[in-house]
Amino acid sequence: MRAAQKELPLDQAERLEQRSLLRDALRRFLRNKLAMLGAIMLALLVLASVFADLVAPYGLNEVDFSIVRMRPFEDPEHILGGDGVGRDFLTRLIYGARTSLFVGLFVPLISFGFAVPLGAVAGYRGGLWDFGILRVIEIATAIPPLLFAMFLISITGAGLGNVIFVLAVTSWIEPARIARAQFLKFREAEFVLAARALGASESKIITLHILRNSLTPLLVSFTFAVPLAIFAEAGLSFLGIGITEPTASWGKMVGGSVKSSTVIVDYHLALFPTILVALTMLSFSFVGDGLQEALDPSRGD
Amino acid sequence: MIAYILRRLVSLGFVLLVVSALVFVLMNLVPGGPFTLADRGYSGAALENLERKYGLDKPIHVRYVNYLTSALQLDFGNSFSVAGNPPVSQLIARIWPVTFQLGAYTILLSFGLGISLGIVAAYHRNGLVDNLVTLVATAGIAVPNFIIATWFLLVFGFQNGWGVESKWIIGPITPGGAAILSWDYFLPVITYALAPLALVSRYTRSSFADVLTADFVRTARSKGLSERAIMLRHVLRNALIPMITVLLPQVPNLLTGSLFIEVVYGVPGLGKFFVTSIFNRDYPMIMGLVLLIALLWGLTYLITDILYTVIDPRIRLGESKGA
Repeated sequence: MRAAQKELPLDQAERLEQRSLLRDALRRFLRNKLAMLGAIMLALLVLASVFADLVAPYGLNEVDFSIVRMRPFEDPEHILGGDGVGRDFLTRLIYGARTSLFVGLFVPLISFGFAVPLGAVAGYRGGLWDFGILRVIEIATAIPPLLFAMFLISITGAGLGNVIFVLAVTSWIEPARIARAQFLKFREAEFVLAARALGASESKIITLHILRNSLTPLLVSFTFAVPLAIFAEAGLSFLGIGITEPTASWGKMVGGSVKSSTVIVDYHLALFPTILVALTMLSFSFVGDGLQEALDPSRGD
Repeated sequence: MIAYILRRLVSLGFVLLVVSALVFVLMNLVPGGPFTLADRGYSGAALENLERKYGLDKPIHVRYVNYLTSALQLDFGNSFSVAGNPPVSQLIARIWPVTFQLGAYTILLSFGLGISLGIVAAYHRNGLVDNLVTLVATAGIAVPNFIIATWFLLVFGFQNGWGVESKWIIGPITPGGAAILSWDYFLPVITYALAPLALVSRYTRSSFADVLTADFVRTARSKGLSERAIMLRHVLRNALIPMITVLLPQVPNLLTGSLFIEVVYGVPGLGKFFVTSIFNRDYPMIMGLVLLIALLWGLTYLITDILYTVIDPRIRLGESKGA
């Protein structure tokens, strides 16, 4: 009797509220100019990388010795110039998007997918769970990522999949700690208490109430994780344990210019990939901000 | 609370033990040893003698136990690769102050500027400062600092002549490095501060923006509280939790140096040293630095947790839910 009274009207009300919230969120997102700009830029980058074979003006490994280290905007045939061995730089950039977007997207996705539940358990359950997970975090922090990467790659060998695995395994600590802190803070909050008193299930409290309120720092952390992963891939390539030539990647293009005075003389080789990484990150920030604003009804217009 | 801190300190000791064992095994599993790397050019009897001299001929568990017993007596062994084989503790004591100073200035700059920018941006969303923060946050992370460092060196160093007399950029590496306050720090600190500045300003902005729209801030405002009181008593407290989670670990991170900054500006610091010792398989150096870093981060995590309970007394550490 009491259960029926408690469940029926509340459940209905909640479902109604939820549906309108999502629709509201979508509407707010679509109206947010910056967020849409970010989404469109991301879509363009992803499309360009997927259809690189069609979009790129030349072949990935087509070499033309007359355009070695050619400056950009000199020749309309090679609008962004040529790289150190005479490959069309625009083509390299478009193909580089494949590797870099893949790494930049999947490394954070994997590490967050693993880290957020872990941190949530630590913060929400507390006690022994928190103690154990925190020790694992402390131990993992102290293991030098470089050493760990050298070890893992010495077992698994180089390759895109392995690089993503190595980077994901070494970048889960921050999101886990953020999730832990947010759950630690919100599990005692009034709205969680209220939800619990109203009989909301644990899973609903965790996902609907706490996770949604924890979104902001996690989204910011995600937008930072994207460029960090792109450059970490380059770092591994730089050490000779990442993705090997002739596969193109933005991070590797930038990293390649550290060896010499390329940054200054052949400025385009470092500049254009850097701009692309920045644009990718900016798009993620815009989309993340837009999502955050769309999902937060108190920030209504 | 005191009991909790003591428990955490004991467990930090346990963490250091586990870390030392893990890293000891890990670095021995990585292919190549300190004297077997191809460019060393040792072979046959010479190699055997060297390995015997440094105790590398013994099985790994014996070596670990030996290391641990001497480390517990604060003897962290002697470096394999640095000329003269100085003790690890002496080397760290000589190199760390330089990195520490550089890191301390960087922390002051990036935290001071970043927090102010972030707060202003959160109060005036989509205003000028807000856009600036987005720009700085993007540029600070998306432009790698060796690119920035190279440009800085070109523009300020070669064209304006700044830092030409720097003890770091020219001349041999002096053990003490620059004086406490010196222009030599200027370019490295600015370059080094960009990435943390990005993090600090962005997290501050989002944390504050999150709280500023909360109901209790509106209530406080409608109660007629001054902006100052709202800011200090209501907003700051609630914005701080996500901020310190991410930003406090920047302190040990920055204090232990960055490879690229140190390479480009010629700073004889810990970051460069760490990477070199990994490449040289300088086992005692790796172990010493790993333990130092583990200790610093472990303490930072502990301080972070204590600050959580100071900021929000509802947070109970070391208790399970509902207990």
